[in-house]
Amino acid sequence: MSASRWRRSLVGMAVMLATLLGVFAGLAWWGDGASDDAAPTVPSIPASGPLLVDAVARGAYLARLGHCAGCHSARGGAPYAGGRALHTPFGTVYAGNLTPDADTGLGRWTAQDFWRALHHGRSRDGRRLVPAFPYTAFTRITRTDSDALFAYLRALPAVAQANPPHALRFPYNTQLALGVWRSLFFRPGVYADDAQRPAAWNRGAYLVQGLGHCAACHAPRNLLGASVSSLSGGVLPDGRWWAPPLPDAADPVDTAAAARHIVELLRTGRSEFGSASGPMAEVVFGSTQHWRDDDLQAVATYLLAPPRPVRDTDTAAPASSAQREQGRTLYDKHCADCHGLQGEGVPRVYPPLAGNPSVLQPDPRNLVRLLDHGSFAPATAANPRPYSMPAQALNDAEAAAVLSYVRQSWGNHASALSEVRVLTLR
Amino acid sequence: MRKGSAVLIVCALWAMLTAPTRAQRTVPDTLAQRALACTTCHGAQGRVSAEGYVPRIAGKPAGYLHRQMLAFRDGRRAHEGMARLMAQLTDDYLGELAQHFASFDLPYTVEPDRSPRPAAAPAALQRGEALVRRGDPALDVPACESCHGSALAGVAPGVPGLLGLPRDYVLAQLGAWRNGTRRATAPDCMARIAQRLSAADVPAVADALAARPVPLRIKPADTPPPRWPMDCGSTAP
Repeated sequence: MSASRWRRSLVGMAVMLATLLGVFAGLAWWGDGASDDAAPTVPSIPASGPLLVDAVARGAYLARLGHCAGCHSARGGAPYAGGRALHTPFGTVYAGNLTPDADTGLGRWTAQDFWRALHHGRSRDGRRLVPAFPYTAFTRITRTDSDALFAYLRALPAVAQANPPHALRFPYNTQLALGVWRSLFFRPGVYADDAQRPAAWNRGAYLVQGLGHCAACHAPRNLLGASVSSLSGGVLPDGRWWAPPLPDAADPVDTAAAARHIVELLRTGRSEFGSASGPMAEVVFGSTQHWRDDDLQAVATYLLAPPRPVRDTDTAAPASSAQREQGRTLYDKHCADCHGLQGEGVPRVYPPLAGNPSVLQPDPRNLVRLLDHGSFAPATAANPRPYSMPAQALNDAEAAAVLSYVRQSWGNHASALSEVRVLTLR
Repeated sequence: MRKGSAVLIVCALWAMLTAPTRAQRTVPDTLAQRALACTTCHGAQGRVSAEGYVPRIAGKPAGYLHRQMLAFRDGRRAHEGMARLMAQLTDDYLGELAQHFASFDLPYTVEPDRSPRPAAAPAALQRGEALVRRGDPALDVPACESCHGSALAGVAPGVPGLLGLPRDYVLAQLGAWRNGTRRATAPDCMARIAQRLSAADVPAVADALAARPVPLRIKPADTPPPRWPMDCGSTAP
């Protein structure tokens, strides 16, 4: 190739790059700029007096609803002082210090700054925040709730603890990339009640879509890490756990029973149909066990409103008879003592496996986790001394056999697992 | 009235006949039953053998066990499996579990760790034994026995016994204290001691401890020594 042709193609590439950059910048500006100032103004909360006391109390509850301390506290560290690392496919993000320390926390922030972070996903200085902070959900929160939450955070003891800088890879660590991402996947907007729906449904929708940020786990993410569709289930960023769809076709068919299951599971960590484990046990422990009953009921009302997904009962290919036989033998030896020969469990002590929504998930990885690691149910006010499941030392073929047996017995109709599938999930 | 009782009897009979035929299994309302997850690694009743890596927890002082569980949960000790199991348990409940395992007074029927490894040089064994018995004043390292008891059986409630532990476990703990991945309540005596030891002292101590015969019963002393050689967070009241 001659020098001039080289030069020409280089120039061409540069022009293309510049154009692309221009398009991205345009996108970032167009989708992410103008709307940012249209915050509704409301009477701000006074600096003292009964109104403040009331706001702090409401804010404390809102912080529980949002499980803010879950990410914004390091393991064993001061609550809300930040420092917990969140590992994402784009690098590691550290949740910030929310205590009112002037230099390292929110000490210099105003209620308006806080609103801008929740609603617009921008920091006090206007920088775009990384969406690991789920402002795509928190933008649904009302200004009143935002102010109460802020009043609560202001009332926390100040902890001087600097935030470690995020360790994101290029280009995800640039403001331009965040601008593009936001123009594609983020539209600020407070939740608006659906006048056709009852109040409980609207409250449930507000909680699920907003503070509860259920989509952070229960929605699939696209290649750019955005939760694009509804709560149709998702694999957590570490790949270890599967968050089932909400609502879940595997939930009890009877709506009243399904509502009981949702409310009891969230309040106590267990129900007559199963128990919470893995990251959801953490959510129950830190958040949902503290929700008011009417809020839990509202969540169930919203999630179970018709049309409900239909349970798929006969598409799964049955396990081979050899695998089934191996599975039955292993089950009777390792599992039946607690879960019962018929998978019936013991109510509120050992989860039943027959009809247990966790058993019936199309994605079986949680079952492999439980076999490998064992688990305690979360300790909650309603179940302060939980029972536990011991880890089981089974090889890939054995684990596949016993899980296939469980997924295809006593009326269960989920897919069988191959040895290779278990291997890849481990 | 008669009619009423007849109806009642019929109802009762009907209820008995239609009740689920499977008798409801009852689960023992005990900590032993609750703690089954612990026994996968630590053995039934927490009495795992000294082979392998996992330490026996049966009969260790309750305060010590409780602190360790909190440390795993809160990141002052590093073990992913322990942290995962404890993550959603409260301080109170972990305290109950600690009491449960501490309450066992079981004979050590297992042999100490005899897994094959290169024989320790006599000089190294001697050095290790000296550290265990007398410490090293030059390094400002007190004797193991001065805190862990003259029989190395521990001192309730905070100081664990050192006998019958896998050698690899002891090695790993001293190493973790040296590099800061195991942290005890401040002031963290064991971290200071481990950091004052030389790299060769660590296996020497582990070898000396592993070479000690394990008595049938190891019961932590109930009374502390008249004077602790160091001011330690884990022996503070």
